[in-house]
Amino acid sequence: MSFQVPIATNRSSTGIPTSRLGVWWVLASEIVIFGGLIMCYLMFRLHHESWSFEAEHTNPWAGGFNTFVLLTSSLFVVLAHQAAEVKDTVKSVRYIWYTIFGGFVFMAVKAYEYTTEIMHGYTMFKSVFWSFYYTATGIHGFHVMAGMFIMWMISRDVKKGKNLHRVEVIGIYWHFVDVVWIFLFPLLYIAK
Amino acid sequence: MSHAHEMSFWEKYVFSTDHKVIGLQYMFTGIFMAIIGGFFVYVFRMQLAFPGISVPGYGEVTPLAYNSLVTNHGTIMIFWFAMPVLIAAFGNLLIPLMIGCDDMVFPRINRLSYQIFLLSAIVLIASFFVPNGGFGGAWTAYPPLSANAAYNATPLGAPMWLIAVALEFVAFLLGGINFITTLMNARAPGMTMYKIPIVCWMIVIASILFMLSVGPLIAGAVMLLFDQTLGTSFYNAAGGGDPLLWQHLFWFFGHPEVYVVLLPSLGIVADIMAVFSRKKLFGYKTILYSVFATGILSFVVWAHHQFIAGIDPRMANLFVITTLLISVPIAELCFVYIATLYGGSITFSTPMLWALSFLVEFLIGGVTGIFLGASGADVYFHDTYFVVAHFHYTFVPIAIIGFYAGITFWFPKIFGKMLSDRLGRIHFWGTIIPFNFIFIPLFILGTAGQHRRIWNYEHFRDLASPEFYNLRVIATVSLLIMISFQFVFVFNFIKTMRSKKKAPKNPWNSNTLEWTADSPPPHGNWPVLPTCYRGPYEYNHPDRESDFWPQNEPGPDPADPDYKSGPATDSGFQSTNPNL
Amino acid sequence: MSDSEEHHDHSPGRYIKIWAILLVLLGVSILGPLIGIKWLTLITAFGIAIVKAGMVCAYFMHLNIEKKVAWYLLTATLLLLLVFFTGVAPDVMKPTGQNWRQLYHEPTREESAVHHDEDHGDDDAHEEEGHSEAAH
Repeated sequence: MSFQVPIATNRSSTGIPTSRLGVWWVLASEIVIFGGLIMCYLMFRLHHESWSFEAEHTNPWAGGFNTFVLLTSSLFVVLAHQAAEVKDTVKSVRYIWYTIFGGFVFMAVKAYEYTTEIMHGYTMFKSVFWSFYYTATGIHGFHVMAGMFIMWMISRDVKKGKNLHRVEVIGIYWHFVDVVWIFLFPLLYIAK
Repeated sequence: MSHAHEMSFWEKYVFSTDHKVIGLQYMFTGIFMAIIGGFFVYVFRMQLAFPGISVPGYGEVTPLAYNSLVTNHGTIMIFWFAMPVLIAAFGNLLIPLMIGCDDMVFPRINRLSYQIFLLSAIVLIASFFVPNGGFGGAWTAYPPLSANAAYNATPLGAPMWLIAVALEFVAFLLGGINFITTLMNARAPGMTMYKIPIVCWMIVIASILFMLSVGPLIAGAVMLLFDQTLGTSFYNAAGGGDPLLWQHLFWFFGHPEVYVVLLPSLGIVADIMAVFSRKKLFGYKTILYSVFATGILSFVVWAHHQFIAGIDPRMANLFVITTLLISVPIAELCFVYIATLYGGSITFSTPMLWALSFLVEFLIGGVTGIFLGASGADVYFHDTYFVVAHFHYTFVPIAIIGFYAGITFWFPKIFGKMLSDRLGRIHFWGTIIPFNFIFIPLFILGTAGQHRRIWNYEHFRDLASPEFYNLRVIATVSLLIMISFQFVFVFNFIKTMRSKKKAPKNPWNSNTLEWTADSPPPHGNWPVLPTCYRGPYEYNHPDRESDFWPQNEPGPDPADPDYKSGPATDSGFQSTNPNL
Repeated sequence: MSDSEEHHDHSPGRYIKIWAILLVLLGVSILGPLIGIKWLTLITAFGIAIVKAGMVCAYFMHLNIEKKVAWYLLTATLLLLLVFFTGVAPDVMKPTGQNWRQLYHEPTREESAVHHDEDHGDDDAHEEEGHSEAAH
């Protein structure tokens, strides 16, 4: 097709490459979205004593395992970035796929969690705690899947040796998704 | 940077990634939505002035329909007219050209943002045609009315409205990232921070304000959607939730939002005033820092919309103080604009008329906001027409006056032709005078106690006296006159586009970079991208014979500390434009 | 792996070390609640979360060598969230007031759990829960 990257994209009055600058702004907007949700959860949690009872029924082992999965996938994606920096495209693609696989495992564990919780009767409508639980982890899961998809697209380019700078950028996004989970985990699973 | 290959109609106009095409797509979609929003206000004002009438072109207005018209008028005008036209259209059209680059830094994300925006408009319009029609719970959508179909009677319209608004937010988040990153990174060589035209700063700061404030509301909108469709209880007190939470989430965004739309209009007015007073913009840095202060303060004033909602009175005190404080930087801006005009060589072209009227009308709006910012007075004024008149005296200057100012000023660059100045003046006076006759009666009605969102005031004995009736009729008739004069603009537009006469590159003798490109600019904007040597407002500099000093003309920068003043160094350009 | 002078040590070994520390911290935060002291749990859970997040930001996202503008932006968003919390909490966290009718019954510990018989997958209505449907 005829799309050509404009000169504007490669300029850098700030010294930060455009794609990375863009992703910092993406992160800023996502922080206020997740942060807003988490602040609302916090307000409710702190003033409803019963929520700590409700929270006893989340599965901290699944949550902890998922935290481990995301931390490890963050490691893989930063190794992918480092490989891309030295133009080792084969290694970079491999590490990207390990990261994507980590995302799959995360979603599989979440699916298991949701299934068992729903079958036990802890549905979204049981109480506002559970509404928040499903909403927060659901929106987070959606971001995990979006990240996996984008990583797949980028890995196709990297395989051809193109757009290697994008590995760092999707890595930053993925780390952000990891950081959100780092906070969701104690909020939903540990504080009881 | 030119493309030698042939582009199909679809590639060139529908799926284009060119910022100018996308800017026009936003503009025309926004204007189309404004017509719908304007039609709605026509219908419900006819009902208000002549209750029970069969409105020509619509029919009889039921109470449910009335609520839906009022809700969607507000929602459309803010989200589908003011924002797309002022931020997305002018942002896309102006920013790359004014900073001297060939496109936005993420052209495909730019295109995606428009596509999502178009989808949001389609979803909203579709909501009018579902059973029971569009959402009628006010643009503020407070639960439990908005969460509960048994209360709002629009089980499909309510979630569709919410989804449309959420999609619009996503579109503007994507667009905003483009504007911000482009301004930060893609500037012409030599264009440092204080050499950026004010309108570009304003659009980008507006995008930042939007991005930071909309986050909690997006979370809140997801929660409301679940309450509506799934029956969760985020905002249902009986279920353990809190309806007041929505109010806070909404207004935490809703207040910065008004500055999001205000800032681009202020920027347009600043640029126009400098050009048509042939004078350097007074206090560039003052403007910039006042806007930063306004932006920061705008995040801590939101609960002045909730003074009578039962919020903690101690918080109310705090919000009164911050609300009154925020009027200071805005007033500062008005003074700076007046100082720019003072001593200038003023030409009353059509864009300048719009810019001057912005100052006057917005001042009225701003001053009446102070009454509302005092929580004691607000106990009376809240939910009366005083509020309606206040925010129309701010929003109409922002959205309508600002839009016309921008479009008449940049028309030659965007469309390559010159609009008729005579028709422009007729349109201007035919808009401004009736505008005041719509809303001054509403101030009076509000002070007299007429409350908002009522379908038929005949049902309220105290509000059905002949005086009240006459004021409502005056407002409605003035609206009809104002709407009729918009056809003058349409006629001007069509007549101009059909004429063969081409506009020159720089008809207003302006300094900024966009005027050095062709009218209209080709794909890629310039064969060679320009370099910037000085600030954008060097008009009538004493060392020059010509009264303007284009940013891209090689030479010294008078703002540079090492600048040596001396006799004229230019060739004494004489303007051939008889209007200047 | 090559080290360049302008960046910090970018060898995979360094990233693996950071990852190992993160896993240890994760372990501590999981074991914390088992000790049973409430304030200790809170410190281990949230204090460690903050440290973990900081490490991911600094070393994986390379914020420690990024231009300052990125730090300022992200810090500003966090401050904004604090402003949001401060402005809203006095209303949303207030459990009582004058002339209030309590519509919501806070469930007890027993009511928060779901009791069911041997066969699983049932959708019995649980009336104790405070959840209520649409209009009443």
